[in-house]
Amino acid sequence: MPDTLLRFTVNNEPRSVETLPMKRLLDVLREDLHLTGTKEGCGEGECGACSVMLDGRLVNSCLIPALQVEGCCIQTIEGVANATKLHAIQQSFITNGAAQCGICTPGMVMAALELLNTYPDPTDEQIRNGLAGNICRCTGYMRIFEAVVRAVHP
Amino acid sequence: MHKSLMGQAVPRKEGIEKVTGRARYIDDLTFPGMLHGVTVRSQVPRGRILGIFFEGDIPWDEFVIVTAKDIPGHNAVALILEDQPYLADEFVNHPEEAVVLLAHHDRYLLEEARRQVRIDIEPLPAIFSLEDSLARKEIIWGEDNVFKSYLMEKGDLDSVWPLADYVVEGEYRTGAQEQLYIEPNGMIAVANAHEGVTVWGSLQCPYYVHKALVKLFDLAEDRIRVVQAETGGGFGGKEEYPSMIAGHAALLAWKSGRAVKIIYDREEDMVATTKRHPSRTRIKSAVTKEGKLLGAEIDFVIDGGAYATLSAVVLSRGTIHAAGPYVWPNLRVRSSAVATNMPPHGAFRGFGAPQSIFAMERHLNEVARTVGLEPDELRRRNFLHEGESTATGQIIREKIDLPGLMDRAFVQADYHAKRARFAAENGSGNIRKGIGFATFMHGAGFTGSGERYLKSVVALEATPAGRVRILMSSTEIGQGTKTIFSQIAADALGIDYDLIELAQPDTANVPNSGPTVASRTCMIVGKLVESASLGMKQTLIGSGFYDPSDFPQGCKLYLEKFATLKTVAEYQAPPGVFWDDTKYQGEAYGAYAWAVYVAEVSVDLTTYETHVDDFVALQEVGRVLHPVLAAGQIEGGVAQGIGFAIYEKVAWKNGRMANGQMTNYIVPTSADLPPIRVFFEENPYTYGPGGAKGIGELPLDGPAPAILNAIEMAIGRPVNHIPLTPEDLCA
Repeated sequence: MPDTLLRFTVNNEPRSVETLPMKRLLDVLREDLHLTGTKEGCGEGECGACSVMLDGRLVNSCLIPALQVEGCCIQTIEGVANATKLHAIQQSFITNGAAQCGICTPGMVMAALELLNTYPDPTDEQIRNGLAGNICRCTGYMRIFEAVVRAVHP
Repeated sequence: MHKSLMGQAVPRKEGIEKVTGRARYIDDLTFPGMLHGVTVRSQVPRGRILGIFFEGDIPWDEFVIVTAKDIPGHNAVALILEDQPYLADEFVNHPEEAVVLLAHHDRYLLEEARRQVRIDIEPLPAIFSLEDSLARKEIIWGEDNVFKSYLMEKGDLDSVWPLADYVVEGEYRTGAQEQLYIEPNGMIAVANAHEGVTVWGSLQCPYYVHKALVKLFDLAEDRIRVVQAETGGGFGGKEEYPSMIAGHAALLAWKSGRAVKIIYDREEDMVATTKRHPSRTRIKSAVTKEGKLLGAEIDFVIDGGAYATLSAVVLSRGTIHAAGPYVWPNLRVRSSAVATNMPPHGAFRGFGAPQSIFAMERHLNEVARTVGLEPDELRRRNFLHEGESTATGQIIREKIDLPGLMDRAFVQADYHAKRARFAAENGSGNIRKGIGFATFMHGAGFTGSGERYLKSVVALEATPAGRVRILMSSTEIGQGTKTIFSQIAADALGIDYDLIELAQPDTANVPNSGPTVASRTCMIVGKLVESASLGMKQTLIGSGFYDPSDFPQGCKLYLEKFATLKTVAEYQAPPGVFWDDTKYQGEAYGAYAWAVYVAEVSVDLTTYETHVDDFVALQEVGRVLHPVLAAGQIEGGVAQGIGFAIYEKVAWKNGRMANGQMTNYIVPTSADLPPIRVFFEENPYTYGPGGAKGIGELPLDGPAPAILNAIEMAIGRPVNHIPLTPEDLCA
């Protein structure tokens, strides 16, 4: 299959790449655009380490073919903090010890953003279910729950 | 005036990089002209290689191909014994054994090519269980399939059987468990005759990899360099296998003259790399009608897989921990690690102890039932106290109050009231409730003489900017090493936390502070950081340049006068430590952490699903240096322990893991876990930095027996094997 020119927006910047249409969005981000903050943990949509926002909804970028993002808006972990300040959820992850080894953290932060977009003041149950698509092997999740709660109620 | 940082939740050193995605893990790095590498594996559990054929419509002349014939030095992964080849030459001994390495710049074509390598193997009879190995159904390793065995004795066990009111016997089993760090293993190598060999990678122990590469390439030590990249979790899984991957990447780089990256995908990582040793423990104990333990015979066996790797030391820790925190006047523990034709099992947080502790904590519930005592009362009558001796004859010199810890844990868990209520309500309905607990201890640091042989070294240097840099090979793998060591150094120097930095673990630049294993980093290496920091402070004071109000300025003035400021600390054993490696007697560990864990469960008698509803983890780990990181260590370990108990099952098929995917190897998610409630009892340890002891492995020991003890209460019958999935419970 020949390379295809794809145009889309990443972290509010218009981008175009010439790439295999069935290449995984994960690889387009990491290899073509050098946005290595998005991680591969399993390559089959189970672990959530590759989570990004696609038109405002959380997706596993390892399951999205490049062709599908033509004309779409993507937000990755690199687009969460602004130039001078961490996002409240990022700061809360640091303060509350929600990042240990850090490899699931970018995806977990994206999942937490989606959670807070959906439920601005989530219940414990909503937090547990909202983050259940993202596997963390270090923390046992308790610090991550705490980080989400404290991001809302500092 | 410097305010002590001990016990303060300072922000973690590398926190910002991790939450912004800027932290660079090995797969985030690329080198100019870099090739990708893959491994072609045996797929046959045991046999003789007849030939290797490169087939299909593949431009083979574009590929770098490495087999055993290309190895410049010694074809064995140097660790304890050198029995495991980097690349199988004539014989294969497990189905994931590396035989051929391929490299190419196009990783899609590389994957095609991997499938077109045909390795013809004449099969030989293979064995897949520790029973078959013990029975010597086939001899597949050495003379008797035994990698290592120990005999640990105390008192005169044979004399107790006639004195016993009861003799209780049981058999207990634990399964393999995958570490499942979320970052799969990976390495990048640059290697040529001119520059020597350099590898960057995801790893726990830079000097283990260094030692292995020295032998593999037969090069001088200073020609091999190992650098740790940011590492996305280890849990023991990146203790030994990185030496294999580093060697493979380096062999491809050596032959091609190009940088080569090998990144395992999830399935390859799960099926080919090490997992927790499956185990079988048989316990026969003698007890009086008052519930006093008189003695026990323990037979502990672990399945080591095809090669020796670390099995001997995993077995050692499991053997010593088999007796638990109890007074056993008479004891005999026989243990062995045996060979099977499965990929070698290896280090996983807890390192043999979770297996044997599971057995003892289940066994004591059976003893209690036999004697007619409550499980807690039986333990109360047999706990170790200060001045009493452990299984190895080590006199406990710490102030330890296990009954007090148990009382406190029970209050937090509302144990007694719940136990009474569940017992009354369990007669009807499909959901049965149970509450159970485990009491245990975990030794920190290397066993016996290990730390004295290791002689770890830490260095501290002043940077030109007047900051302080810690040099050591201990690795940050998520646990918070950088943060804790910065706290320790800042406190000892009496300076600001932000003035401390850490050198990247790089064998060309840092001394060998030993491997990042065995709950030793904080207690052992942290103490060296403290010593080196105090040394630097003394040097500055002695020369008149110590200025706590403007430390960098003082440092700069010192450097102007003397050019360098560097202090070094080497491990010294605490006084009075004695260990006999042949009899397994003496001071097994410098210090123990002590714990009581309580689990509350629901068992659904329709689906046979078990859910853990509440979990209390109370422990004494000396002084807690950083409350948030310490709680994070316990919570994460408990979550892994819950997985070990009821979720994580490796499906074996002819020596291969058949469920090497996160789709069908199930680890707990945020929706599965109970509240994990962590409590610390603080009791400063004299020889640890700021009074701290080891913490990392402890939380793996308690969850499985606590949960199975709760399940026993819920369903009214004992179950003595894990993982206990719904299928296992209904069987």
